[in-house]
Amino acid sequence: MTRKQRRSLFIGVSVAVLATAVALVLVALEDSIVFFYSPSDVTEKQIKPGQRIRLGGLVEEGSVKRGSGTVIRFAVTDTIKSIEVRYEGVLPDLFREGQGVVTEGKLSSTGVFDADSVLAKHDENYMPPEVADMLKKKGVWRGADAPQKAK
Amino acid sequence: MIIEIGHFALILGLGMAILQMTVPAWGAYKQDAGLMRIALPAAQLQFVLLLVSFLALTHAFVTSDFSVQTVWQNSHSAKPLIYKISGVWGNHEGSMLLWVLILALFGASVAVFGGNLPDQLRANVLAVQASIGVAFLLFIIAASNPFIRTFPAPFDGNGLNPILQDPALAFHPPFLYTGYVGFSMAFSFAVAALIDGRIDAAWARWVRPWTLAAWMFLTLGVAMGSWWAYYELGWGGWWFWDPVENASFMPWLAGTALLHSALVMEKRDALKVWTILLAILTFSLSLMGTFLVRSGVLTSVHAFAVDPSRGIFILVIMLIFIGGSLALFAWRAPLLKKGGIFAPISREGSLVLNNLLLTTACAAVLIGTLYPLVLESITGAKISVGAPYFNATFGPLMVPLLLAIPFGPFLAWKRGDILGATQRLLFAAACALLVIVFIFATQSRGPWLAPFGIGLGIWLVFGAISEVAFRVKMFRAPWEEVFRRLWNLPRAAYGSMFAHAGVGVMVIGIVATSAWQSEKILAMKPGQTVAIAGYEVVFEGVAPSAGPNYQETVGKFSVRSGGVAFMQLFPSKRRYTVEKQVTTEAGIYASWAGDLYVVLGDALEDGAMSVRLYFNPFVRCIWFGTIIMFVGGFISLSDRRLRVGAPRKTKTQPPLPAPAE
Repeated sequence: MTRKQRRSLFIGVSVAVLATAVALVLVALEDSIVFFYSPSDVTEKQIKPGQRIRLGGLVEEGSVKRGSGTVIRFAVTDTIKSIEVRYEGVLPDLFREGQGVVTEGKLSSTGVFDADSVLAKHDENYMPPEVADMLKKKGVWRGADAPQKAK
Repeated sequence: MIIEIGHFALILGLGMAILQMTVPAWGAYKQDAGLMRIALPAAQLQFVLLLVSFLALTHAFVTSDFSVQTVWQNSHSAKPLIYKISGVWGNHEGSMLLWVLILALFGASVAVFGGNLPDQLRANVLAVQASIGVAFLLFIIAASNPFIRTFPAPFDGNGLNPILQDPALAFHPPFLYTGYVGFSMAFSFAVAALIDGRIDAAWARWVRPWTLAAWMFLTLGVAMGSWWAYYELGWGGWWFWDPVENASFMPWLAGTALLHSALVMEKRDALKVWTILLAILTFSLSLMGTFLVRSGVLTSVHAFAVDPSRGIFILVIMLIFIGGSLALFAWRAPLLKKGGIFAPISREGSLVLNNLLLTTACAAVLIGTLYPLVLESITGAKISVGAPYFNATFGPLMVPLLLAIPFGPFLAWKRGDILGATQRLLFAAACALLVIVFIFATQSRGPWLAPFGIGLGIWLVFGAISEVAFRVKMFRAPWEEVFRRLWNLPRAAYGSMFAHAGVGVMVIGIVATSAWQSEKILAMKPGQTVAIAGYEVVFEGVAPSAGPNYQETVGKFSVRSGGVAFMQLFPSKRRYTVEKQVTTEAGIYASWAGDLYVVLGDALEDGAMSVRLYFNPFVRCIWFGTIIMFVGGFISLSDRRLRVGAPRKTKTQPPLPAPAE
């Protein structure tokens, strides 16, 4: 095998691997990314049932309903709209009414959001940045760097 | 007083780093041996000064000196001593100080152990190393100074995030940083070689032990992080493709590739330009990891206070170092002479394939990690890229790599015999096949690909063992000869055997736990029994309890197998009084066959508790595999050929590893 053939073989194999990788990445990005929406976005952008999304906002005060089973219902709100969420499982430790929350799942045909995960916060004072940004945009942010509290 | 000494030492350390960055480099340029030699005391003194600074901060944490802002924000007098100490690096300021301390430690080790390095190379390496130190010391002093006082001193501190109060996590950052920052050595050597315009096999012999050491610590650091996430977060998983996990995983992938390409360079003087590039990229990924974690652009446990000015500062440092070194590479790399040639089927060829697949996989992880950030800054859309993306991209790229690993060591340098290698691997292939058939025959559930995944793990383990078996003529020569050969085999051969077998063990753990995990979520009343994976778990009730700085609700579960109770589990919910946070402590019954994992949920209306149970088969193999990899690295590091500063005795110098006849 000449040097030239050797080199073209190496280049060929590298291109093949890279092309495969690019294809995998593109397909995966197409299929498996999940968009983040607020409850108002869900109505405005007319998110279809069955599409996998992340729904974030505040847990509406007084909305958490625990039955005798493991199914929990609560409402996520951005203070303008709110959407009912149904979740089966163990809630994260810092899940509380009036606190920020991010849930992932699908909208059912009845308009209830079927969440299969409720994202944990790790810190009492910590607000998921998506939720904080969204609340700021809607002008209902009451967090640490909110304008009315500025020094 | 001690705080001021620490603060002063930190600033002196910066001064020393500036000296170490400038004078030796000037000396190397002017060929002045005296100026070049200033690097040695400077590097050692810089380390000592930063150590003093670090100890001063540790002292403040241990004695709970709340007049220091960092201590007040991140510690509390009621915290156990070990977490007061780990609190030093459990916050942004302290962890950056630890970062530069480790950086200085590596610099000082080159100064101490680098006796037989060429003067000019050593001076340049230490100057480059110091330049990284200067950048980060400036950052610490200007934007995240741990020694800032508050007045009046608060009565008590705010405490440390409770989920960080954990033994594994106490040691996770030092290990991770030693790995991350250890790659700075390879980076400094690469840049120094580019400045010199000269590079040879001796360079690779120098770089390899540092890279190997960094890789070992990073392996353990990443594994500790995963283990912690597994038992502390209570989600039953061991890897979440969280951006912060990826930030530590990408340097690991690139570092693994570097380790292998440096091998080609050392033995065959080939792949020079690529190895240099890889050294730069590996440390660049470490810098990027530091940026992602420290800047707070990510949603994560590790994102402490979000302060944009800090993020921009690190971003600028990162861009200067990555951009600068890549520009230098583009300018100087063409000067490097091309090395030995080799056939596609050869040891070199197999290592090129290894590099190709590892770096491509690393790029796929990089894209998945950065895509949400890029998309948000361009379109404002908020997305998350989760496990499905990484499973669909990283997985398929790993399979050919894992299949190819056992072939590598059987191929000779320059020109290999693929048929011969295949023949020698027949035993390993037969073992893998047998296991695949056995699993298909006995397991009815789980994805159909899973048995092949287990087979892949078996193939890796037995492939690794076969290599050593053939080299010592196991079963083919008299026992005395086999023992003599076992004794004389270079330690690097054992090192690669353990490292590759460790990968196999890890693969078995990953596949088994992903494919056959059992999960149950249910509301349990005291006295109720649930069956999972052949065990019966009885819920006995809950009771309150108190720890040093928390109150907890402890659930009591008895585990029975075949009607006999043999184990009790106590998962709990802890309320940390100072931090006002709740954490979940899983109850885990661990065995080699798998872990029974019980998490206590909330109290429900009628006295029941919501309970989540998992059975994770063979999950221990994941971390056990990484420990085997670490051991492999350690054995390899102890090889005489790699020992830094060991005089090379021509008599005992082992021959290049030839393929088994």
